[in-house]
Amino acid sequence: MSEITRRTALRAAAGILAVPALVERVGAQQAFDWKRFKGEKVEASLTANPRSSLLIKHQQEFEDLTGIRVGAEQIPEQQHRQKFAIEFASGRPSFDVVGISLHVNKRQVGRAKWCVDIKPLIQDASLTAPDFDFADFGKGAVAYSTQADGRMDTLPEFTDYFILYYNKDLLAAKNVAVPKTFEELYTAAKALTDPSKQQYGFVGRGLRNANVVLWTSFLLGTQQRDTVSPDMKLLTDTPDAIWAGQMYQKLMRDCAPPGSIGFNWNECQTTFMQGRAAFWIDGVGFAAPLEDKTRSRVAGKVGYAVVPAGPAHHHCCLFGTGLGISEQSRNRGPAWYYVQWAVNKTNQLRFLTSGAGAPARSSPFRNEEAIKASSFPREFFDTLVESANIARPGLPEIVPVTEFRDTIGTALTNMVGGADPAAELKRATEAFRPVLEQSERGT
Amino acid sequence: MDNSAAALPGGTAVAAGGGRRRNYARRYGWFIVPAGAVVLAVILFPWAFTLFMSAHDWKIGGGRVYVGFENYRKLFTDERFLWSVVRTLYYTVLAVILPMIFGTVAALVFHRRFPLRGLARTVFILPMMATPVAVALVWTMMFHPQLGVLNWLLTQVGLPPSMWVYDARTVIPTLVIVEVWHWTPLVMLIVLGGLASLPVDPYEAAKIDGASAWQAFRHITLPLLMPFIVVALIIRTIDALKAFDTIYVITQGGPGTSSETINIFLYLQGFAYYNMGYASAVVVVFFALIVSLAALLLWTRNRVKDA
Repeated sequence: MSEITRRTALRAAAGILAVPALVERVGAQQAFDWKRFKGEKVEASLTANPRSSLLIKHQQEFEDLTGIRVGAEQIPEQQHRQKFAIEFASGRPSFDVVGISLHVNKRQVGRAKWCVDIKPLIQDASLTAPDFDFADFGKGAVAYSTQADGRMDTLPEFTDYFILYYNKDLLAAKNVAVPKTFEELYTAAKALTDPSKQQYGFVGRGLRNANVVLWTSFLLGTQQRDTVSPDMKLLTDTPDAIWAGQMYQKLMRDCAPPGSIGFNWNECQTTFMQGRAAFWIDGVGFAAPLEDKTRSRVAGKVGYAVVPAGPAHHHCCLFGTGLGISEQSRNRGPAWYYVQWAVNKTNQLRFLTSGAGAPARSSPFRNEEAIKASSFPREFFDTLVESANIARPGLPEIVPVTEFRDTIGTALTNMVGGADPAAELKRATEAFRPVLEQSERGT
Repeated sequence: MDNSAAALPGGTAVAAGGGRRRNYARRYGWFIVPAGAVVLAVILFPWAFTLFMSAHDWKIGGGRVYVGFENYRKLFTDERFLWSVVRTLYYTVLAVILPMIFGTVAALVFHRRFPLRGLARTVFILPMMATPVAVALVWTMMFHPQLGVLNWLLTQVGLPPSMWVYDARTVIPTLVIVEVWHWTPLVMLIVLGGLASLPVDPYEAAKIDGASAWQAFRHITLPLLMPFIVVALIIRTIDALKAFDTIYVITQGGPGTSSETINIFLYLQGFAYYNMGYASAVVVVFFALIVSLAALLLWTRNRVKDA
């Protein structure tokens, strides 16, 4: 029998001291009552996208865990934004949980106080599972979900970064390197454009409204970066804004397919999938269709990189969605349970590994095993991590975002048609300024 | 059956006494309450509320401020709205005239006897049965400048590819192509119904008098068909003015605002920008426009009838 040394005695004492904490932790796990709201029902109104599909596909897990029944619906993005706004305005929304595009509706929802503040719920140990691990959410995503007054009326679900997709075969054929700056992107795209072969160096959004985020991708690389100043003044006809307009114009006119003036992401995706475009800047959610061998001619040949840098800064556009709980909901407890489950670590890992998008939590990115088992190349995940470090909101946090996008988007469309960027941006700025001023007066 | 009071049992007495008539109205008047309630709820109230909202500055999620006629004043100085009116009229004229011509010609063709006429008629009216959104999605794919079948067909016959809905100059005529394809069968059906009801005697008389086929058409068929053509014209005009789904699905009003008709403008103001007050003013003006045009067409129809 070995002797009891001072070291073993200290270890034993430390172990004994740690027992209460461990017991408390285990007890807390066991004590948390997932069945507290058994038999109740939650209605969730979600935007139609691969992430919502995943949640609906796996919602039986939640129902088995909690005994709460879920009625979840998916509605196309634009119609969903209108539907939930009108339902909230009616005072009797039909849903308890709602998916909100933060880049479009954040201030609208925050100003009207349509959703409950999530923070007190997180701090309530009787309602929040001990393994919820709020610290796991990326700081950027939490900041994006937080209103100016400190209320967090959505729990971040998904962050979307604009990245650069490229066709490896087309670049290799002409020995073109992946561009590091926008000027290099233009030079490379120009070199890879050959209309006689219906091959184009670049494809990007040209459709009014949708096209604004491509322009802001360029603007984020300038000294100015943003479209609205901190005191809510428009910065859309400045020299930097005009530079971004010129970059947009020359890429779209010299390197993009004819007719891209009417392209939204789906037409861009089709063009890229057909192998007709060398570069495409858009959201992260397109890796899955691009790598689908049954639909895509470029599957296995797609390269992923962060968007190139501008003349002064290097950022990529950040967008995101969050899940909110209606202030009018009579099922706040069950709704909060659903939200917790929807953005738990398992579901967030599913988002990442299925190519449905970048999760708001950081733990999925550290799960090497799952990443290796994924069908997407390592380069894709590296691009996401790198993009997270340089991401900055791609649209201004104002209420009339859609009107902003329509007004500036029309100017951009005209630029693709050959109009002068400076004149177009001046006209659009003058048209939108009173709308913004009126909106800000209503704050 | 005569439903007048006098025709009812004891009707003579009822007709003779005004007091009894009032009793009759009091006794049976409540039968109109359900219909009246429905009319009030789905027609009068929405209209009154639209008028009320058009006098307010109201954004969804914000407060409501009374502005009187300010929304109307703003509307008539809003360049984007005025252009949408011009585009609506341009689109309507094309989307009415072309189906009217093609539909009338098709009706004349299908009125003649030829082998497999029934099958041909059925095939011809198929587009009309398709869901507009589905139709629009199919055409969107066909219009794709690089991958669409239409440009492939053009290049097969040696013609240059077109930008179709992806060019501000061609977008409205292209949208009209979809409308013509979709709704020419409706005009054909209406006119065909008219042709089937035409009397034979005038044609026999004309033949005896030595009239040519063109003269018979010009002086007999066309005048007799005119009431049917005017009905088709009214229906087509109202439909074309209301057109929304096809345009929204295919172009969303673009490129830029080059296919933004009043309906698209109205939709954006109401449901994208949440300017409910301003959108209500657009509704009132648009309603006045449609009613004026419908009244004009009805007046024309009556003139034709009288003639």
